[in-house]
Amino acid sequence: MARDDIRLHVVSGKGGTGKTTVAAALALALATGGRRTLLVEVEGRQGIAQLFDVPPLPYSERKVAVAPGGGDVYALAIDAEEAMLDYLDMFYSLRRAGSALRRMGAIEFATTIAPGLRDVLLTGKFCEAVKRQEDGEFVYDAVIVDAPPTGRVTRFLNVNREVADIAKVGPIRSQADSVMRVINSPHTAVHLVTLLEEMPVQETIDGVEALHNNGLPSGQIIVNMLRTPLLDDDELAAASNDTLDRDTITADLKAAGVIGRRGATTAALVEALVDEARDHAERVELERQERDRLDRLGLPIVSLPLVEGGIDLSALYDLASQLREQGLR
Amino acid sequence: MTAPAKKPRARATPVAPPARPATWDVDALIDNEATRIIVCCGSGGVGKTTTAAALGLRAAERGRRVCVMTIDPARRLAQSMGLTELDNEPRPVSGVQGDGELSAMMLDMKRTFDEMVEGHADADRAEQILSNPFYQALSSSFAGTQEYMAMEKLGRLRATADSEGTWDLIIVDTPPSRSALDFLDAPARMGSFLDGRFIRLLTAPARSAGKGFGRLVSTGFGMFTSVLTKVIGGQVLRDLQAFVGAFEALFGGFRERAEATYSLLQEEGTSFVVVAVPERDALREASYFVERLKADQMPLAGLVLNRVQATGAPMLSEEQALAGAERLDEAEEGELTSSLLHLHAQRMATLSRQHHLADRFSGAHPGVAVAEVPAFAGDVHDLEGLRQVGRFLAGELSR
Repeated sequence: MARDDIRLHVVSGKGGTGKTTVAAALALALATGGRRTLLVEVEGRQGIAQLFDVPPLPYSERKVAVAPGGGDVYALAIDAEEAMLDYLDMFYSLRRAGSALRRMGAIEFATTIAPGLRDVLLTGKFCEAVKRQEDGEFVYDAVIVDAPPTGRVTRFLNVNREVADIAKVGPIRSQADSVMRVINSPHTAVHLVTLLEEMPVQETIDGVEALHNNGLPSGQIIVNMLRTPLLDDDELAAASNDTLDRDTITADLKAAGVIGRRGATTAALVEALVDEARDHAERVELERQERDRLDRLGLPIVSLPLVEGGIDLSALYDLASQLREQGLR
Repeated sequence: MTAPAKKPRARATPVAPPARPATWDVDALIDNEATRIIVCCGSGGVGKTTTAAALGLRAAERGRRVCVMTIDPARRLAQSMGLTELDNEPRPVSGVQGDGELSAMMLDMKRTFDEMVEGHADADRAEQILSNPFYQALSSSFAGTQEYMAMEKLGRLRATADSEGTWDLIIVDTPPSRSALDFLDAPARMGSFLDGRFIRLLTAPARSAGKGFGRLVSTGFGMFTSVLTKVIGGQVLRDLQAFVGAFEALFGGFRERAEATYSLLQEEGTSFVVVAVPERDALREASYFVERLKADQMPLAGLVLNRVQATGAPMLSEEQALAGAERLDEAEEGELTSSLLHLHAQRMATLSRQHHLADRFSGAHPGVAVAEVPAFAGDVHDLEGLRQVGRFLAGELSR
């Protein structure tokens, strides 16, 4: 299916894999060329505001960036309590009663304990944005959600099944059903961000299985923070077998003027470089094994490079253009 | 499908930057018989479980009788400690050298909660609670349940240790929370939640649920119930009230336990180890945690900094390496050596960024001792790997 058809992009991944960054880059990529996207945060961390270097997001849709070629990225940090009040207001005109309930701790109760209600509210809010129309046109061309981590995302998206166990009928039930129609539609994709390391890859594999078992649509695997390989295969093999030619390296270093000032350290320096190469070779080998495991999933994979020195706005734009080059547009 | 079980290596030496805090004598902490509990905390993905396991193994091999409670260990790390199933009870770990003992367990959050209910209620009532859909949701998805149950289990392990003399040191890993502070906040939140006005409102007039409210009930409560019924439906409200009614008798006991365990954390025999990696977000969480421990007068033993970049050639700076590589490239020779210099330059860049972040942390918290563990190429998943981490923690290696 053409990417154009995906209107809801849910971005998940193990903690520490950079899913917020990827979600933000994706929102920029999809807004490029005059479109409008909404980037949604559901975990109250204000990670989006930090990335785009804007003040903490209120509970309202704010423009946070302009995409290349014109196009707007809006952002929203959904707060479950506010969403609950919204919901009361929208369906029952009960905002004042809602405030009273909040004072009694009922809203906190409802958003933390009532099974999945919190997730119903969060998913309900962004699914509403997906469906919202003005003058017969969708307000947002795409909605990108910085979702909970892989271990929780299936439950998060599938919350209506749990709700159905408890609420057989009633407004909560119909709300949950309507959310699931959006989430289960062919216009939704769940992307999983990973690193080429053992635990994130394992979580990704488990996550894909959980998505499939629950009938949720898996999208792309996004391999993040990929290092550019600096050695070719022969060099890697030599590095890991410890057959790199120390004499040649010593001579090269001398030719390059790297050695000479402190002759005593020459041998130590060569040893250190050889050690670092072996370390690198070992890491590359592990990354290849992990990549093989990902490939076996049979899902489309896109890659993003490691950004040295941390993510700033220009790095974000760069990542967005790399996503576009790999077909996420 | 798996990576070779190689020993983690770190031949190289991390550079000692200027004005670092005194390194931390980890052995003094784990050898001290007065140390009874060590809590490893930090944000998700920083190696808390590995740190807890490595500290536990080292303490055991130095003669302590140790129990390590992990929350959500990586599969192969769990296997290395003989943890193949989640049965919520400590099991002896084989392969430990020396006179000490090591037991390990994985926390089963739901089982811990069930056991707590069973311990507080008679059989009928316990059964009634355990089968209620709201209890099932509370015990598996309430925000903070995992933290609260970790704390509950810690209290119980400690009680067993005291009454049966099974262990003299308990090391706990904390749940992979969004914020490291969740672990400390969970008991209070759970307590205030169970004590809240809302719960009391629900329990008081359970009889009127679902009937024609509004007539003889007070307006306040009438509005309250009618809103709830509209929003969550009458059946749901009745289930909820049944649950709260059955649960009510247990609240007091739960709160007392939470308070008792919390005060256990403030005892002299308890030490906190904050775990981080040299990255901005992880160190920011570590900072919050350090400040919170100070505010709550909880004893901080030190900071473990995992995945610190190491090099055997600190004398060659990033700039020098790049300049050398450039000269080789211009002369179109020494392609391999040029690549090696680029590799080294990358490593030095990472290293100096990490040092900058670590220095900033130490500048803000000058009293906090730091133990560094270098970045390994692969994950740690055998006892020898844990032993190696332990040697770095104790400063036997890398300095």
